[in-house]
Amino acid sequence: MKIIKGRALRATATAAMLAVFGAPVSAEELFYVSGAVGNAVENFKTLVKPWEEATGNTVTLVPMPASTTDQFGQYRLWLAAGATDIDLYQTDVIWAPQLADHFVDLTDVAKDLAPTHFPSIIQSQTVNGKLVALPIFTDAPALYYRKDLLEKYGKTPPKTWAELTETAQMIQDAERAEGKADLWGFVWQGNAYEGLTCNALEWIKSFGGGQIVEPDGTISVNNANAVAALETVKGWVGTISPDGVLAYQEEEARGVWQTGNAVFMRNWPYAYGLGNGEDSAVKGLFAVTTLPVGKEGDTSAATLGGWNVAVSKYSTKQDAAISLAMYLAGPEAQKQRAIAESNLPTIIALYDDADIAAAQPIIPQWKDVFLNAVPRPSAPTLGKYNEVSAKFWSAVHSTLSGEGSAAENLELLEVELTDLKGSGW
Amino acid sequence: MATNDGGLSLSQQRQRAAFWFLAPMLAALFCVAAWPLLRTIWFSLTNTLLSDLYGGEWIGFDNYLSIRTLESGRVIYRGTLVDPAWWNAVWNTVRFAFVSVFFETLLGLIVALVLNAEFKGRGLVRAAILIPWAIPTIVSAKMWAWMLNDQFGIINDIMLNLGLIGQKIAWTASVDTAMYAVLMVDIWKTTPFMALLILAGLQMVPRDIYEAAKLDGVNPVKVFFKITLPLIRPALAVAIIFRMLDALRIFDLVYVLTPNSAATKIMSVISRENMIDFDKFAYGAAQSTLLFAIIAIFVSLYIWLGKVDLSGEGQK
Amino acid sequence: MTFPGRARNDRAETSYAIVTSFATGTELFKVNYWPKAFNWGNYESVLGGRNFVRSIGNSIFIATTTVVFALFLAVTASYALARVRFRGRGLLLMMILAVSMFPQIAVLAGLFELVRFLGIFNTPYAMIMSYVIFTLPFTVWVLTTFMRDLPVEIEEAAIVDGATPWIIITQVFLPLLWPALVTTGLLAFIGAWNEFLFALTFTSSETTRTVPVAIGLLSGASQQEIPWGPIMAASVIVTVPLIILVLIFQRKIVAGLTAGGVKG
Repeated sequence: MKIIKGRALRATATAAMLAVFGAPVSAEELFYVSGAVGNAVENFKTLVKPWEEATGNTVTLVPMPASTTDQFGQYRLWLAAGATDIDLYQTDVIWAPQLADHFVDLTDVAKDLAPTHFPSIIQSQTVNGKLVALPIFTDAPALYYRKDLLEKYGKTPPKTWAELTETAQMIQDAERAEGKADLWGFVWQGNAYEGLTCNALEWIKSFGGGQIVEPDGTISVNNANAVAALETVKGWVGTISPDGVLAYQEEEARGVWQTGNAVFMRNWPYAYGLGNGEDSAVKGLFAVTTLPVGKEGDTSAATLGGWNVAVSKYSTKQDAAISLAMYLAGPEAQKQRAIAESNLPTIIALYDDADIAAAQPIIPQWKDVFLNAVPRPSAPTLGKYNEVSAKFWSAVHSTLSGEGSAAENLELLEVELTDLKGSGW
Repeated sequence: MATNDGGLSLSQQRQRAAFWFLAPMLAALFCVAAWPLLRTIWFSLTNTLLSDLYGGEWIGFDNYLSIRTLESGRVIYRGTLVDPAWWNAVWNTVRFAFVSVFFETLLGLIVALVLNAEFKGRGLVRAAILIPWAIPTIVSAKMWAWMLNDQFGIINDIMLNLGLIGQKIAWTASVDTAMYAVLMVDIWKTTPFMALLILAGLQMVPRDIYEAAKLDGVNPVKVFFKITLPLIRPALAVAIIFRMLDALRIFDLVYVLTPNSAATKIMSVISRENMIDFDKFAYGAAQSTLLFAIIAIFVSLYIWLGKVDLSGEGQK
Repeated sequence: MTFPGRARNDRAETSYAIVTSFATGTELFKVNYWPKAFNWGNYESVLGGRNFVRSIGNSIFIATTTVVFALFLAVTASYALARVRFRGRGLLLMMILAVSMFPQIAVLAGLFELVRFLGIFNTPYAMIMSYVIFTLPFTVWVLTTFMRDLPVEIEEAAIVDGATPWIIITQVFLPLLWPALVTTGLLAFIGAWNEFLFALTFTSSETTRTVPVAIGLLSGASQQEIPWGPIMAASVIVTVPLIILVLIFQRKIVAGLTAGGVKG
């Protein structure tokens, strides 16, 4: 039944695409570079199959390591080398201003597709009036919590960071007293890399401390609320979070969480599907909610993540590449991705889609979180964003590992950022 | 050798042949070493961007140091030489080089002394200690990253079970231990190499000296300090500087093990970061030029201290 | 004593990699000293992905070509350096030694430009060319040391017979040099096989990656997942041949290392 339905769907999709993209002219072999692989290699094959069948072209996925910081360096290098071997790049939401010169302008081809997406995301991928990449999915982190443990101790999901600290400490102490020596209260991403910028931006913003560099280019990071936020987090290290959290990226945090050794976790939606996998110790035992706030009245902040597809200016098969980009950013592909990998769609209508809601209940819930997501300051800082981010995460990492107080480090950071800004970003 | 005029032409003929024998090698080295180095130095004096390699303009030494006086009278210093991140990297590199070479020499010496003694299976042991050296750095870095992981790593588990540590340590993360982690892996990997260099020196010490000392009933510790050490000192000095040069330009281990930690950011990592990750290609080129200069000083030291035979005469 | 401790350490690491290479899923996040169940899945996923086998092929091709090229240039050059007197020989030797100590990062920018200019970006030739920088000086230096130690009488006899320098190298010296060639070739091969920075910088598609880059860039099932199992399986696959080589040729390697380090 399911198979038949799938096949029927595919046939319709193929027919629709033939209409949109035209009949295959000549078969091209495209190369698509992306950080997402492993199972995703298989998923990607299924994902692009309808497009391959409709156009007669083939796509090969070039896998890259997970760290977005590492990917960026490589991509910048290849684009600078004018590499013709890669036709499409899967780009992080923050890269658009830095790589814009190397990508094809998609404004005209996507004039019908773009308005169906969330305007803020399309805006983030538009540089000097040029639409350099099309969004394929978005990301906004969640607070994962253990329903079973919270119930056991009669707690509700925390609304403020103070509540989280208290609940985590209480459960951690009680569970350890019962012999679970490896249990930790809260795990997150504290390694010195882009992920720490995301985490720290959430703390500071939710404490009312601004967003490092404001949209108008003002450097706002050195303020009392930001200091309070970092001091709070510093208090977690070694108490409710392991010391090692300062080396954690997403996977390490998920490792602790998925073996049942954490009460709370800050992570992206991808961990939802994996946490409910067959071999997971927390399968069915957890739920997600929005990240806490500093005090009553503040708003929760979730860093805007997400990935886009861009067509390389140096590609020799641009027509086929643009057609693939359009397909990947389109409704069929986004829906499939949402169901298979719990990735959040960027097309507004898909949040009301019944199939998605049935397969991944987290997604419809996430619409509001994502609508309120905070962008990293990549738009105002332009080509200097990477350096701004590196300086920011270094200052935060130093603070959390006890090298100087939050106030000292943020003051120093302000000076460094001012120097970097010079006469303007 | 022939001494008549035929000999003269023979020597000329040999010199001409020598030139043609050397030419391809020199051409190759010029292409891959000299020319790229000159280009890097050139880039460091311009404001070239990675995405536009030929669009750079000459800006003199501004990437190294620029002094500007503002209208308000405030003097602003810019450039690598006043960049705290750069000096932090220099300090990390130097600290890494000295500490790692110190321990590698010490452990290498002990291993070499053990291997110099005759015992059964010595050949096998000598082969076995080469294994860490032969494993690709990238592989050892990945393995150790996994072993050093604070939650699932085996090192913490062993040390915890032995009661050496009270709680799991995040080796590669914490500012305090990241450098230890890098040092540990490097020492593990390079001690065998050091041991072999020292062993070669040890084996040049004539056996009968030891026999004589034994007959006179000299304390073995005294034998080591009075006889062995002075005799192997030249070999030791060369080995140390040789390793030092390697340690100063280390890249892959740090890049894989602790890529972004400020505590282990070394010169080559920071200059690659500036060249590629940040939009400061020329600035990174200036930093790699400085690294080259530092290494060049050490090479001169090596040639001088090692009394390298440059006459081409050979030892005999 | 230190030594037995070290040996245990070595074993611990290698066996741990092997243990991890058999684990999957959540089991990866638990500490195990011995595999609970053998799972060849990681090996299959590494070898089954056609590109890892391709990477091994690339590494073999690049390392072999580099070594052959370096040895060819080095044999003739070291003959000239070891056996012919000419002015500036000392200076030349010093320069070669200095090049062998170049920090790779110092030539990266210039090499990148050259690779782009020659249009060999993302081809094995970019690596072969750049590896010359560390293999050639090393082989020249070691072979010069070896060649210097060969007795003068052999060469004199050949000269008396009217042999040209080319004949002397190919007919007289080469047979005597075999052990030295094997040693230096092997060391240069290991160096080229293990190299990471250039290979990372000069490749873009998956099919041109060398083994260290393939391992370094091996990525997980989703954006944030790290595939420790396959990484360890891949590590075991590339390390075992090197260990075998080292065990077979250990005497020669020791001789080569000490010639390059101490005598040099």
